[in-house]
Amino acid sequence: MSTTTLTTTPAPSTPVDASTRPARVVRPIPTTRLVGVELRKMFDTRAGFWMMASVGIVSVLATAAVIIWAPDEAITQNTFSTAIGMPLSVVLPIIAIMSITGEYSQRTGLTTYTLVPWRGRVIASKLVATLLVGVVSMLLALAVGALGNLLGSAVTGLDATWDITLAQLGLIVLANILGMLMGFMLGVLFRSTPGAIVGYFVYSFVLPVALGTLAAFQEWFRDLQPWVDVQFAITRLFDNSMTAEYWQQLAVTTLVWLWIPLAVGLRAILRAEVK
Amino acid sequence: MISVEHLTKHYGHFTAVDNVSFTAATGRVTGFLGPNGAGKSTTMRIMVGLTRPSTGHVTISGSDYRELVNPGLEVGVLLDASAQHAGRSGREILAIAAQTMGLPRSRVSETLARVGLTESEAERRVRNYSLGMRQRLGLATALIGDPQVLILDEPANGLDPAGIRWMRDLLRGFADAGGTVLLSSHLLHEIEVIADDIVVIGQGRIVAQGSKSELLAAAGTLVRTADPERLARALAEASVTTTPIDGGLRVDADPELVGETAHRAGVALRELRAADGAGLEEMFLELTAETAREGAAA
Repeated sequence: MSTTTLTTTPAPSTPVDASTRPARVVRPIPTTRLVGVELRKMFDTRAGFWMMASVGIVSVLATAAVIIWAPDEAITQNTFSTAIGMPLSVVLPIIAIMSITGEYSQRTGLTTYTLVPWRGRVIASKLVATLLVGVVSMLLALAVGALGNLLGSAVTGLDATWDITLAQLGLIVLANILGMLMGFMLGVLFRSTPGAIVGYFVYSFVLPVALGTLAAFQEWFRDLQPWVDVQFAITRLFDNSMTAEYWQQLAVTTLVWLWIPLAVGLRAILRAEVK
Repeated sequence: MISVEHLTKHYGHFTAVDNVSFTAATGRVTGFLGPNGAGKSTTMRIMVGLTRPSTGHVTISGSDYRELVNPGLEVGVLLDASAQHAGRSGREILAIAAQTMGLPRSRVSETLARVGLTESEAERRVRNYSLGMRQRLGLATALIGDPQVLILDEPANGLDPAGIRWMRDLLRGFADAGGTVLLSSHLLHEIEVIADDIVVIGQGRIVAQGSKSELLAAAGTLVRTADPERLARALAEASVTTTPIDGGLRVDADPELVGETAHRAGVALRELRAADGAGLEEMFLELTAETAREGAAA
C-alpha cells in the first residue's frame, strides 16, 4: 500500500520523571462497596424512588382497606399479610427487573462496567442489593400489617388475632424471593426494561390464566398442571399447604422457568458487548 | 502508556478492526483520527474490556485492563457522554463514580469545578444537559480518580470553540504532568489543535501514524493552476510525486522546486504554498477516501 510510506515511528516522548506523580497504593474494590453502590442506584432516580416508596404506600393502603372493609372476624394478622403481600409480590419483581435493565436502557453500563470490569461481581452485587431490598420490604410490610392488626382490633374492640407462624412467614418470604428472582432472570435475559416487564406480565398473569383455563377444560392436563405451571407451584407457598410432592413440583417448575433461563441469561450478560 | 498489538475484531464477515497496532506514549496526547465507522470506538471499547477482540491484545501501563484492581484510579475513560442516566443529577452521577472508586465525597465538588460545571448545573438532572455539559460531566467521571491514563472517545463533540480550547489546555496539562492521553475524533481540526501524535484509521486499518510535525512535513506543497495536467506532467518529468486535488495538485516537494518547475513549463500559478494544516486535511481525505463512505462520490 502506498500509504505505508507515511508511517513513521512516534517521536520519542520526553522522559517524564516518575516522581512527579506520587506513588500511591491502589486498593481493590470490596464487594460490600459494590453492594452499597447498587443499593444507592436503586433509590436515586425518580422512577427508582417511587418504586421503593410504592412498597410503603401499598402496605399502608392495603392495611387501611382491610380495617375499613373487612368484617370484624377477618381482622387478623393473616388477612393483613395477604392484603399487603399480593401487591408487594407484583412490585418486588419489577424492582428486581429494573436493577438490571437500568444499566442497559440508560446505557449506564458503559460506565459501570469500565469502573468495575468484572461483570460477574456487578451482577452478584445487584442480586444481593435486590434481595436486601426485598427482605426489608417484607419486614416493613409485616410491621405495617401488625400495626394495622392492632389498630383494627382497637377499632372493633376485639382481641388482636396473631395467626401467622414463623414457618408460614418463611414460606411467604421464599415465595417473594422466587418472584424477585423471576424478575431478575427476565432482566438479565432481556436487558431492556419494557421487554422484561412485558415478559414478567406474561409470566405472572397470561401464562397462569392460559394454563388454568387449559386445566379447567382438558382432563388430561389437570394432573399435569402443577408440574408445568410455575406460578401455580409458587402460589402454594402462600397457602401454607406444602407437601413433599408440592416441593418437588416447585423444584421442577422453577428449574424450567427460572434456573435454566437465569443461567442462559447470565452467560449472555457476561459475554455480550456493552455498547 | 497504552500499547495496542495486532488487534482484530470480526463481526460475522465484517472486519471492524483489522490488525491495528499503535502506541500512545507517556507524556503525550495521541489523537486517534478517522471517519465515522472506521473502528475507533470498537478499538477503544476493546481497550477497556467492554468488547472482546477476535485476536490481539491491549496493555495499559503494562497490564491488561481487567487486571487493574481499581481501574477508575488508574485509567480515566469516557466512551459516550450521552450514556449517562437522564434521571440522575450530574452530582449524583459523579458521586456514584467516586463511591465506586472509594474516594472521599469532597472530590466530587473539586472535580465539578475542575471541568467547569457550576454547583447549580450539577444539581440539574442530566436530561436537561446540553451535549457540551454531558461531555464535561463525562470528563469529570474520567478525571475524578486522578488516573495516569485517559481514554476519551470524541470528547470534543458538542463543545464550542472555547470549550475545545479549554479541553486542549486541560489535556496538555495532564500530559505534561506525565499522563498518557488517547483521544479520538472524526474531525481533523480538533485533533490538530489538541494532539502531539496522530494515528489515522480508515475502514479498520491504520493508514498513517506519527508525530503531528512529521505528518505535517510529509504533506508537501499545495499548488493551484488553470492547467494542473500540464504542471503534473512537468513535475513527473522531475521525478516528483503529485496528487490531483480540486483545482490543483498536492506535491511531495518544497514550494521552491514546484515554482521553478512551473516557471520552466510556462504554467501560470494561482496559489503556491506549503501544505501545512490544509495539507494534513488533504492527506486525511486522501488516506481515507478509498475507505470512507464519501469515497464513492469523490
